[in-house]
Amino acid sequence: MSARRIVVTSGKGGVGKTTTTANLGATLARRGHRVVLVDTDIGLRKLDLVLGLEKRIVFDLVEVVEGRCQLRQALIRDKRFESLNVLPAAQTREKTAVSEEQMAQIIEELAATADYVLIDCPAGIEHGFRSAVAGAREAIVVTTPEVSAIRDADRVVGKLVQRNLPLRLIVNRIRPEMVKSGDMLSVDDVCGVLSLELLGMLPDDEEIIDATNRGEPLALDPSKRLAVLYEKIARRLDGEIVPFTSFEPPGLLNRFFAMWKAG
Amino acid sequence: MVMFDFFKSLFRKEGSSATAKERLRLVLLSDHLSLAPHVVEALKSDLLAVLSRYVEIDAALADVTFEQREHEVAMLASVPILRLRDEAALALPDASLPEMDSPASPEAVPAGAVETTAEPVAKPAPSEPERSGANGSSSRRRRRRKAAKKGQVLALAAASSGPPAQGLPLASHP
Amino acid sequence: MALQELREVQPEPLVPPIARAAGRAIVITSGKGGVGKTTTTANVGAALAARGKDVVLVDADVGLRNLDIVLGLENRVRYHLLDVLEKKVELETALIRDKRNERLHLLAAAQSREKEDVDTDAMRALIDRLRAQFEFVLIDCPAGIEMGFKNAIAGAQHAIVVCTPEVAAVRDADRVVGLLPADWRPELIINRLRPALVNKGKMLSVEDVDAILRLPLLGVIADEPAVIVSTNRGEPLALDPSSKTGAAYRAIAARLAGEDVPLPVPRPEPRLLAKLGALFSRSAGGRA
Repeated sequence: MSARRIVVTSGKGGVGKTTTTANLGATLARRGHRVVLVDTDIGLRKLDLVLGLEKRIVFDLVEVVEGRCQLRQALIRDKRFESLNVLPAAQTREKTAVSEEQMAQIIEELAATADYVLIDCPAGIEHGFRSAVAGAREAIVVTTPEVSAIRDADRVVGKLVQRNLPLRLIVNRIRPEMVKSGDMLSVDDVCGVLSLELLGMLPDDEEIIDATNRGEPLALDPSKRLAVLYEKIARRLDGEIVPFTSFEPPGLLNRFFAMWKAG
Repeated sequence: MVMFDFFKSLFRKEGSSATAKERLRLVLLSDHLSLAPHVVEALKSDLLAVLSRYVEIDAALADVTFEQREHEVAMLASVPILRLRDEAALALPDASLPEMDSPASPEAVPAGAVETTAEPVAKPAPSEPERSGANGSSSRRRRRRKAAKKGQVLALAAASSGPPAQGLPLASHP
Repeated sequence: MALQELREVQPEPLVPPIARAAGRAIVITSGKGGVGKTTTTANVGAALAARGKDVVLVDADVGLRNLDIVLGLENRVRYHLLDVLEKKVELETALIRDKRNERLHLLAAAQSREKEDVDTDAMRALIDRLRAQFEFVLIDCPAGIEMGFKNAIAGAQHAIVVCTPEVAAVRDADRVVGLLPADWRPELIINRLRPALVNKGKMLSVEDVDAILRLPLLGVIADEPAVIVSTNRGEPLALDPSSKTGAAYRAIAARLAGEDVPLPVPRPEPRLLAKLGALFSRSAGGRA
């Protein structure tokens, strides 16, 4: 049976598409699925960096498309997980180097021997976005609870709806203390505005920065708060009904002080 | 709790998420309208069809736009009216059609409701010769300005106030 | 158009300044999305205008416009960049005056068009025209390095690169610098620094970023939740006298205006507060 092909998109840059793709992919792999992650951000590749695989890139997506190597030669197997492979983007090319048809073909080929193909989409709604979506059959829209991000997500949802892709939402970088004080939109607010089914919600967590610095996705450590949440998302993707629990800020007052300390 | 209040007050202003939510609602409505020209066209054509039942209009010069304002998105329609239709030719209004009496009181227009500025439909009042299309367009413009100043509006009900309906059901997502 | 008369009276047309040197056109770019280009454009623009400069902000993020909403001007947008480029409307008509400071103007992006619709030469000509009327033309560049980026830099003479102290952002910033015209000397703003994390070794420091990118440093801004609130309200922090972020943006504006303002790097809050915090949370029994 062919893989599920899911594009992770947002419109706005910097809301957590790549982090989500990496961690969700790693989590799905840990659960025993065969997972391929595809970085389509040609020219500004990121997935390799987040996963700490940047030194192992030999071939990339564009070289596959141009026939200069086999697809399997370009795939990097992540040794920390049994069944996680990554197809990196090219760094010195432009997104126009790959057409929508070519991308769809690559995804098709990858889907033949995998359970999940997650496509990391670049920011924007131009050619890069269109190509990334070309091979997908489902979409995960990632947004933060901020006005500009939601507006951009809305735009992207409109484009995805036109293509009849089933959509689900991840709300990222929630700050529960700000939601409580009325200074940040709640997850319910965001879902209401976008009219999307919620797949997952993730709090703002400074550990992400450290994890990316080291190229060690948080999903590696199942005891981490975010890893637990990614696990829940993975289970929902697998079809399980997993209830949502709202975040309580860890020690409300400590959080205030932590924010102050952080400057 | 004193410390808690102290730190809470350092956020200075409270409740910006409510502001954000409202601004988003309006801006998305505006975005959706600008992204659905075919819907706007259909709306315009239906609007003109309804108006045509009561007055003869110059459809070629009719214009419909949407404007985002401080607290609502409003539809502005400019529809040149040539003359009233014959009494005999007037279709009797359906029960389902909104009352086309003017003026609607401003309070009756809910936030985000669609408001049209058009020549007021004078009921059995004798049609004044100046209101016919015999005069040039400048007199039409003057009449429109006068009508606008008097605040004579036709309020067309539209589901564009707050949740759960997210503005006009245009280009809405499943 | 007849409808003009039904709307509010249009603002006064701009009075062209008496002959002065052409203004500076600066593109604010980054490569990576979400690092604060739009927030920076809005705040630096507001700060410059508050210093008495005539400023126009151009939102080049066609299709995903946000400069209007960050400034709280989203309900004043009637016409946009493409309307002007395609000569459907006069520039003066499309320019939106800020509600707080009439020296600040905005040319909004089109929401329902695509970046590929922008003609690069027309964009260049427009920026030249704006330079003749304004002392500062700030162009908000979209994320990426494709057509949107190329059009945003057309007509500009200077670039500000915005970067957060994170590996992906630094890498993208580096890429973008390589794509700017070779004779430009772009300046760097480091945004969303978290001094406490830097101290713990969990975040790149200003020096780290500086060493990699090697660009003249224009400003350093610490991460502050108030930025989110300011976007919620559409009120740039540069106009808030009590905001640290606002102060950082005002300092950047001062430097752009030619002043020699020292560049303090944000440090973590003083230890006293941390001690108070620990004391209180212990006495409160760890109540959440």
